[in-house]
Amino acid sequence: MRSAIINVLLIVTALLTVIPLLWMISASFMPTGEATIYPPRLLPSVPTLAHYYELFTRMNFGRTFANSMIVAVSITLCSLLLNSMAGYAFAKLRFAGRDRLFNALVAALVIPTQVGMLPLFLMLKSVHLINSYWGVIFPSAATIFGIFLIRQFMLSIPDDLLDAARIDGAGEFRIYWKIVLPLARPVLVTLAIFTFMSSWNDFMWPLIVLTDNSKYTLPVAVANLVGEHVQDIELMMASSVLTVLPVLILFLALQRHYIAGIMVGSVKG
Amino acid sequence: MNERRAAILFLTPALAVILLFFLLPVGASLLLSLTDFDLYALADVHNIRLIAFRNYSDLLGNPLFWKALGNTMYFTVIGGPLTVIVSLATALLVNAKSARFKPLFRTVYFAPVVTTIVAVAVVWKYLYHPRYGLLDRALGLFGIAPIDWLGDPRWAMPAIILLAVWKNFGYNMIIFVAALQGIPEELYEAARIDGANGVQQFRHVTLPMLGPTFVFVGIITAIGYLQLFPEPYVMTRGGPVNSTLSVVMLMYEQGFRWWNMGFAAAVAFILFLFIGAATLLQLWVQRRRA
Repeated sequence: MRSAIINVLLIVTALLTVIPLLWMISASFMPTGEATIYPPRLLPSVPTLAHYYELFTRMNFGRTFANSMIVAVSITLCSLLLNSMAGYAFAKLRFAGRDRLFNALVAALVIPTQVGMLPLFLMLKSVHLINSYWGVIFPSAATIFGIFLIRQFMLSIPDDLLDAARIDGAGEFRIYWKIVLPLARPVLVTLAIFTFMSSWNDFMWPLIVLTDNSKYTLPVAVANLVGEHVQDIELMMASSVLTVLPVLILFLALQRHYIAGIMVGSVKG
Repeated sequence: MNERRAAILFLTPALAVILLFFLLPVGASLLLSLTDFDLYALADVHNIRLIAFRNYSDLLGNPLFWKALGNTMYFTVIGGPLTVIVSLATALLVNAKSARFKPLFRTVYFAPVVTTIVAVAVVWKYLYHPRYGLLDRALGLFGIAPIDWLGDPRWAMPAIILLAVWKNFGYNMIIFVAALQGIPEELYEAARIDGANGVQQFRHVTLPMLGPTFVFVGIITAIGYLQLFPEPYVMTRGGPVNSTLSVVMLMYEQGFRWWNMGFAAAVAFILFLFIGAATLLQLWVQRRRA
């Protein structure tokens, strides 16, 4: 009895969770106007790709998709390199003031990113980086969270291993590249997924920096569509599917690594 | 090469990015909030004047600011606990001994977390449609008259809260599941030997053991919710009659639409203040428990 209740509740909650996503997919295949009939339909009468076709032809969403990809991949690559270097230094290199510097960085995590956005905009404007991919990429190229994640993992790499390599005459960069990075593969995968997803999903900063249609990332383009095409529900749903599907697939494929990152963040608090 | 020199080389790129694109702008923001930087200053910087705390006093006298602050607190104080409760409930379900297909359900519950907020906000905007939306249709089956969720100032914020709960509960659920699995089985055995029933075990073993997790989850949820922005931007533009205007949205509108950047910087600092207060609260509670 008890077991039946639990399993029914699990199924009901699962349905409530997926219905919005399923409806989004279903409506994106409906012929124009079918999502605005009464009573509402759950499935398209005749599935059509017309809205996807329109997005990629008339609305130039191929470009938008590419913009999102360029920005997210660039940020991910930068963040992997810069954060792993800094995380390694904080975890394994001995220098005066190391822990104080690290603690100060962690304390700065409290500051919400929005606080710096106004001066950052003026700064980037003065060097003509507004409406450029770089204006979106640079500010996310290294993150305190990323450094923290990498450092926590690298603390577990034995010092003896690195000291042995030093005695063998390996340079510091060689040690980092040939010994530390291969050992840190799991945390690098986690950081890559985290960074890719958060930059793919990011909205406010790209909205501020990218002012031209041809530079928009998907979330900015979708938000812009809401203003202009509020009546074309099916078209809107197709654009939402295009935006959500890549991150959803990435998550389903690599969820183990993603969850691992959440746990590191929460253990430390 | 000594380790100190290596450390400087390894740290410089990342720290330069953080300093230049984050810490420096935050400091500059404080200065900006003490100026009357506006559209004229954007055209010619010579038009900036230092006005000390006038932006802050203007802010405190501005009904729109109080409205935005009130809305953000409403969203955080109602939406935050609601999210945490749903997270805990689903964590208990997924973690129950008799639950089947646990990994599958965990994945499904987590899926909304990774979705793009702008895209799903658009989806929910239509789910909330009073005539074509599935939600009112479903409520109609129970004899509830259609609600104009996003068009009615009384319902717009609850609608955004519902979306936020759906979008975010999976994140906290994962953390709760890990915490639940960390509770030693012996504690439950001891409670059973003492004759405690399921509810009593939950109250006297599970809840106290989850204490630190509650604090952590509660605070990160609150910090995230204080930064409410994409949902109202996409779904309501802050309306109807400013019932969903949030603090961040006010900052965005003032700073990047009307270019009242001095004023907007003051709004940003008030946000910082609230988030700082939430974090200090967490540290205080943690220390008291320790």
